[in-house]
Amino acid sequence: MKLPAGAPGAKVLAFGHYQPANVVTNDDLAKIIETNDEWIQSRVGIKERRFAGPEESEVDLAVQAGGKALAASGLDAADIDLVIVATCTPEAPIPNLAGRVSHRLGIASPGAYDLNAACAGFCYALASASDSIRAGSAKNVLVIGTEKLTQWIDINDRATSVIFADGAGAAVVVPSDTPAIGPVVWGSAGDKADAIMIKDRSSSLHQEGQTVFRWATTALHPVAKEACDRAGVAPADLAAFVPHQANLRIIEAIARKLGADKAVVARDIVLAGNTSAASIPLALSRMIEQGEVPSGGLALLLGFGAGLTYASQVIEIP
Amino acid sequence: MAVTEQEILAGLGKIVNEITGIPASEVTPEKSFVDDLDIDSLSMVEIAVAAQDEFGAEIPDDQLKHLKTVKDVVNFIQN
Repeated sequence: MKLPAGAPGAKVLAFGHYQPANVVTNDDLAKIIETNDEWIQSRVGIKERRFAGPEESEVDLAVQAGGKALAASGLDAADIDLVIVATCTPEAPIPNLAGRVSHRLGIASPGAYDLNAACAGFCYALASASDSIRAGSAKNVLVIGTEKLTQWIDINDRATSVIFADGAGAAVVVPSDTPAIGPVVWGSAGDKADAIMIKDRSSSLHQEGQTVFRWATTALHPVAKEACDRAGVAPADLAAFVPHQANLRIIEAIARKLGADKAVVARDIVLAGNTSAASIPLALSRMIEQGEVPSGGLALLLGFGAGLTYASQVIEIP
Repeated sequence: MAVTEQEILAGLGKIVNEITGIPASEVTPEKSFVDDLDIDSLSMVEIAVAAQDEFGAEIPDDQLKHLKTVKDVVNFIQN
């Protein structure tokens, strides 16, 4: 038996993102349910979010974001040999999304699988892509986070319906002579599995907001710091901090405890809501597009969510 | 040595000030966190976590919702 040599490292060559066209403001929600703009902004920091209509599926969202990342990378569809789709809100579990997304993008016969680590999914998928390239299992990987959370939300449950939204973000990951995706620090807290759950196929997403808030504001900054340590990067040297866009108050609490003083902190939740596995690539892609972060700078990613799961790594911004 | 009620009250005032910006002098025993101090449930979680770091007394979420006034929290920490 012999093994391939693999690559010394991996890097993100390009990002892409997509949101559905339908903008839903807090005032729009206040017409349907008992809530208001002030309450939503002060509790979670969201001003508006996007909802996909019945004509647009989580596969459609993934194809749009994946296509943009692919175009920005300069690679052809034929160059991709592995597609990983991070999602926790498929309309149905079979078949997976990755095969259909690949086919729609003209990627002929890649390895194709879905990965469910909820809101930490993109960081898990990015780590899996990097490891596959370094091990020689894949050459060029398309990683997509896509969610149509609205199909699992009860609009009348204002603990969730004002927070969660739809969207997709993607990254093309390729071999690199120098490391540009740092080691992942990942883990889980299965004892708190009930805190965010869809109980059965006739249920909607339920979240214990206070439990999640307490966990997120106390357990995660050490994970983020460890990801910096393992990559040999000081938090003060980060150009960007891109945590999962769960709640602006969680984002700001973690950022404060991290001490990444020079980093631009992603606050994409204000305009995108919580898009679970899509939120990190969606936020970073938009920050790159708007010139908010420097190419070649270091970004710390931190995903966390249902499971409970978490994952963090430092990457070089393409 | 046990922490006195006054010490807990002073510490709690400092914590509330750091998290919400409300002057510590307004954090008096009879005040309700929600009705008088206008503190929301997420800030209460942050206050509970900070109080745990300061006084070593864990206030779980299912207990926290029953603690309405400053005095309730002081008593919980003391006991």
